[in-house]
Amino acid sequence: MTIGTKNILLKVDGLVKHFPITRGIFRKQVGTVKAVDGISFDLKEQETLGLVGESGCGKSTAGRLILQLLQATSGKVFFKEQELTAISRAELRKHRPQMQMIFQDPQDSLNPRMTVGSIISEPMLEHQSLKGKERRVRVEQLLNSVGLDPNVTNRYPHEFSGGQRQRIGIARALSLSPDFIICDEPIAALDVSIQAQVINLLEDLQEEFGLTYLFISHDLSMIRHIADRVAVMYLGRIVELASSQELYSRPVHPYTKALLSAVPLHDPVLEKKRKRTILTGDVPSPADPPSGCHFSTRCPVAENNCFKIAPAFREISSGHSIACHLG
Amino acid sequence: MYAVNGISFELNKGELLGVVGESGSGKSVTMMSLLKLLPMPPAEIVSGKANFGGHDLLKLDLEKLRKIRGGKIGFIFQDPMTSLNPVLSIGYQLTEPMREHLGMSRSDSRRRAIELLELVGIPMAKNRINDYPHHFSGGMRQRVMIAIALACNPQILIADEPTTALDVTIQAQILEIIKRLREEMGMAIIWITHDLGVVAGMADRVAVMYGGYIVEEAPVKELYANPKHPYTQGLLKTLPNMEGQRAERLESIDGQPPNLYQKPVSCPFAPRCSQSMERCLQENPFLELKNNNHKVACWWNSDSSPDK
Repeated sequence: MTIGTKNILLKVDGLVKHFPITRGIFRKQVGTVKAVDGISFDLKEQETLGLVGESGCGKSTAGRLILQLLQATSGKVFFKEQELTAISRAELRKHRPQMQMIFQDPQDSLNPRMTVGSIISEPMLEHQSLKGKERRVRVEQLLNSVGLDPNVTNRYPHEFSGGQRQRIGIARALSLSPDFIICDEPIAALDVSIQAQVINLLEDLQEEFGLTYLFISHDLSMIRHIADRVAVMYLGRIVELASSQELYSRPVHPYTKALLSAVPLHDPVLEKKRKRTILTGDVPSPADPPSGCHFSTRCPVAENNCFKIAPAFREISSGHSIACHLG
Repeated sequence: MYAVNGISFELNKGELLGVVGESGSGKSVTMMSLLKLLPMPPAEIVSGKANFGGHDLLKLDLEKLRKIRGGKIGFIFQDPMTSLNPVLSIGYQLTEPMREHLGMSRSDSRRRAIELLELVGIPMAKNRINDYPHHFSGGMRQRVMIAIALACNPQILIADEPTTALDVTIQAQILEIIKRLREEMGMAIIWITHDLGVVAGMADRVAVMYGGYIVEEAPVKELYANPKHPYTQGLLKTLPNMEGQRAERLESIDGQPPNLYQKPVSCPFAPRCSQSMERCLQENPFLELKNNNHKVACWWNSDSSPDK
């Protein structure tokens, strides 16, 4: 593989997910929650794309749509040039091993009645034909590569701490040697001193196995560290997409600016000097988003146009796109 | 389980003390036990004193303690969904402490409740006072919690992870409100959090907790500029930066948080410490005053005189 001209692994084109709101005995539809409202981006091989946004902005839904765990209302997802949104379930199943997910809460995403060994080997039973001995060897290899003692296969998840449980979740995601992993808030439930361990592990594994990550998180400083490019979401739409360096040093969209300025710095001297943009109000409900630009109701620089016309997602400089009438 | 072991600290009038620690470091339990808010049994306060304006809070009977809880000392909890009563209107929940502690009439307390809601930035407070907690968003609910805690003009406000459940932009709003209220009302605040960033911008003084101990305590600038305890040093290094050069690799503190079921005899951080020595495994260091009002509990720093 040559650096610089890496192939596109995943392409998301105009992805939309609307959930119906129903009421009454006949489940009559009275509205829609526009969880994901037309997002598009590419992901190159061995790249890490950070997807950031506040709770309810649709970032997790986007992750589930990409893996076809939820059916999209419209839009296309291409994985290795295969259109996932167009193939049958049986066909899709063949592609599943290549795409995996790491979940936020290792407490909830590991079955408490299964041993660590069976949790990690279950995907292999489903998708591979490895025999007992080979499978055990593979499980031990996986435990080794996530930094756990290979002799823990007969223990249960509750015997482990949060950070160790997350490592078990990572080992399970790796068990079928995937190319692409969606990390959905993988460190949000962990203690600060454990977060760095897990992030370093994810980076090591990316190097070792050539993985591509979609890293969903609300932790802007961690995204800055791990991501090559960052997409910022607000109410179901991507408002800004740029390389990590560009986005953090020269944010253009007013929401990105406000979001970055809201992150507290761990330095009292800098913190005193800093000018904050404090947004007023709450994020509007995705069941009833503002017309025009979704951010218009909280935007400090909104103009007349912003309340009427939704801004197009356009490139303003090489690799830097925004959805905003201004800037 | 040994949740909190021999903690001493003081809070001056009008001061904001930040208490930082990971989950299980004992930061919440310390503050809850000050006001005997823990269910007893199973919890047990084995020893200690808590002086508040000349009284030992731990010796007061429940009747007197109730006057102080919610009256002179206000409490804000992490999750406003579980700490507000879902079947009572926020107006009722706001006015109850005022009627109970200050003996205010129904109409007076209602008027003050509306003032308080405006103070914490709830729009159209007059119309919203009869609403129930589920009518409010997370950020708004936390504002209601703050209003309740402030209802009786407390001298001390204990805020236990008040912004942890909120998004960053909402967190920034709440932090602004607290800063403003502090200037206007001049109460002392104990701010419990795991977020070193929030504390950096808010606190006057910071205490770092680990495994049920305060391991380091110093004025905020001193602590961040010159951390002395290996745990604090490690913690500050593990955080990724928002500005400047991006680190190739994050520094991490190896190992797992301590097991609190064992009786502490050694330094709780010793198994994960990069500087640990023979002595750390045999003797638990005590919190010792160094220069610049900086207190540290560590043998590594204080080991200049080996015969001590």
